[in-house]
Amino acid sequence: MKAHDLGELAFRNLREAVLRNTLTTLGVAVGIASLVAMLSLGVGLQELATKRLSNSGLFDSVLVFSRSNLRGFGRPARAGTAEPQPPRALDDQALQEMQRLPNVVEVYPQIRFLTEVRLAGGSYATMVAGIPASARDGGAFDGIQGSFFSGPAADEAILQIEFAKDLSPQPGTLLGKELVLRYAERQPLGPSAGPGDGANAESDSSSGGGFSVIPREKKLRIVGIVETEPAVGFGGFGRGRLLIPLAVAQALRAAQVNDLRDVVRGTNPNPTYASLTVRAQGPAQVEAIQTAIKNMGFSTFSLLDATRNLRLFFTVFDLLLAIFGSLALTVATLGIINTLVMAILERRREIGILKALGAADRDVKQLFFVEAGVMGLLGGVFGVGLGWLIGASVTWGTNIYLQRQNLPPAHVFSVPWWLVLGAIAFAIVVSLMAGLYPASRAARLDPIEALRYE
Amino acid sequence: MTERSSVAVRAERVSRHYQMGPALIRAVDDITLEVRNGEFLALLGSSGSGKSTLLNLMAGLDRPSSGAILAQGRSLAEMSQLELARYRSKAVGMVFQSFNLLPRMNLEENVELPLRLAEVERGERPARVREALERVRLEARLSHRPAELSGGEQQRAALARALVNRPALLLADEPTGNLDSATGESIMQLLREVQRSLGMTIVLVTHERALAERFADRIAILADGRLTSDGMKP
Repeated sequence: MKAHDLGELAFRNLREAVLRNTLTTLGVAVGIASLVAMLSLGVGLQELATKRLSNSGLFDSVLVFSRSNLRGFGRPARAGTAEPQPPRALDDQALQEMQRLPNVVEVYPQIRFLTEVRLAGGSYATMVAGIPASARDGGAFDGIQGSFFSGPAADEAILQIEFAKDLSPQPGTLLGKELVLRYAERQPLGPSAGPGDGANAESDSSSGGGFSVIPREKKLRIVGIVETEPAVGFGGFGRGRLLIPLAVAQALRAAQVNDLRDVVRGTNPNPTYASLTVRAQGPAQVEAIQTAIKNMGFSTFSLLDATRNLRLFFTVFDLLLAIFGSLALTVATLGIINTLVMAILERRREIGILKALGAADRDVKQLFFVEAGVMGLLGGVFGVGLGWLIGASVTWGTNIYLQRQNLPPAHVFSVPWWLVLGAIAFAIVVSLMAGLYPASRAARLDPIEALRYE
Repeated sequence: MTERSSVAVRAERVSRHYQMGPALIRAVDDITLEVRNGEFLALLGSSGSGKSTLLNLMAGLDRPSSGAILAQGRSLAEMSQLELARYRSKAVGMVFQSFNLLPRMNLEENVELPLRLAEVERGERPARVREALERVRLEARLSHRPAELSGGEQQRAALARALVNRPALLLADEPTGNLDSATGESIMQLLREVQRSLGMTIVLVTHERALAERFADRIAILADGRLTSDGMKP
């Protein structure tokens, strides 16, 4: 029999027992829906985690240190080993070299220093971090109260919410207010220089002998408050509770922890950085960049391994969700088998007539197969729609909860095209497998017995 | 060669036995019978005489325990399952006592069914269906379902379905069994008309001697699975 004739007859048969076939198809749809809902939640959570982590700069960043930082200060050379080459300095030249590496988006220094903040007569100690303008697009500042810096060198500050609560019980009222930053400015030994003078180097040890520290003040306007600490513990502005534009932080020339160490060592004739953050175009490029930087003579650190573990975790997570989702589909499969076996009993005589009129066993088998396949196709399509609705409802409910917890909304489910096509194909395959036994049984029917059947 | 080509179907020492527990049922027992092209043969016998079993063997719906059914120059026993299906589809038309129309389909669809199975081109089908229904004078009932027709009309529709693929051999199993005598007679007349106009071979199974004697060219009588008489009617 030709395909279109098979299709027509199958649809006709399905229409005739419309209630039973609709219920069976709905069974498939519910099975597929549970599978799609589970997997879409898995995929959605994975995307959410990846996006958040990727936005935080954790997975596309490489932290670069001078090898002297990690080798340990004052450790004696091992006996029998040659005197090691002096470690390469993490200076402007190194920064420019890294900037030229392929797939590098930007390179910026980490600037963090302790400071005292004065506001409305109060005095508060905290950590300041300089952040690059590019951080604005990263998503770390999504849900910011107020706004991001108006310019790369604006005298503005963004407060981390916990610090803002220290400053005022109603953090929102701080927006637009001015605070005073008191900090220790480094100056080379010799004639005093005003604040903001000099090169953008953090460890101003150009004198080769040390530096003096002068207390300075800087007025900054509070423009924003962020809920979370962006990139805690890693990246260019980790643990900063008061965030200022990187250019402003560089211009302050505030004394940092590594300054003292460099002075004591006295090995750096040129200005050096404590560490640099190198941002790659994406996590995939991190490994190559890391290798290139190591070859340049620096130590590096990235969370690449953590990304791999994250992927492994979500693969296992998705697998478990798929197994739970498949349970409903297993029940639906039994439903298809039951429906088709019942159909054979009901249509026994019809099968006999078809065979008497010239239908081959193959035709009868294909007819039942197509019926199973159509139920699978329809069940798959409805199931994907239903699964999407379940996922959307979960997102809706989650966002209501998040809103009540004063947290930004999140898209916790995702139905990518491969899941749509895969689920429909899976429904068809499962239905065809369910139709295998009934179709073979129908094809094997003895036409004479079938024609006698009343 | 000429003689062979003039034979529509031939049963050669055909037996069909069934094992029913300890008992061996000899439904058809060592029958040799030849049906010539264009002949109207009536297989006459009481219930259980084996006439329907012999008809099913000729239709290729059943396989003999021994002996052979020869049709189109080949033994049906040598044909594969697919070849047998093609034989039933293209060379044979069947009419049953209980009509066996599909109740969910209207007449047009019922008659079209053998065309679908024989993979006849879609465009060709409506004309073939109409032609078959015109032959049995049911062209006005195309869209009616079997339940909306009388018994005689249903049997005529079944005949149209059997004729639509233009088979050379028509096998009719008690086609008047479920009809009153007048309607039965009209069906027999129709069969005779079809046989004459199309030159078809008809094998009719019946237990009604009067109808057989009136319409068939030849009568073969079966009893207890054996052929007891085979000859031209008196």
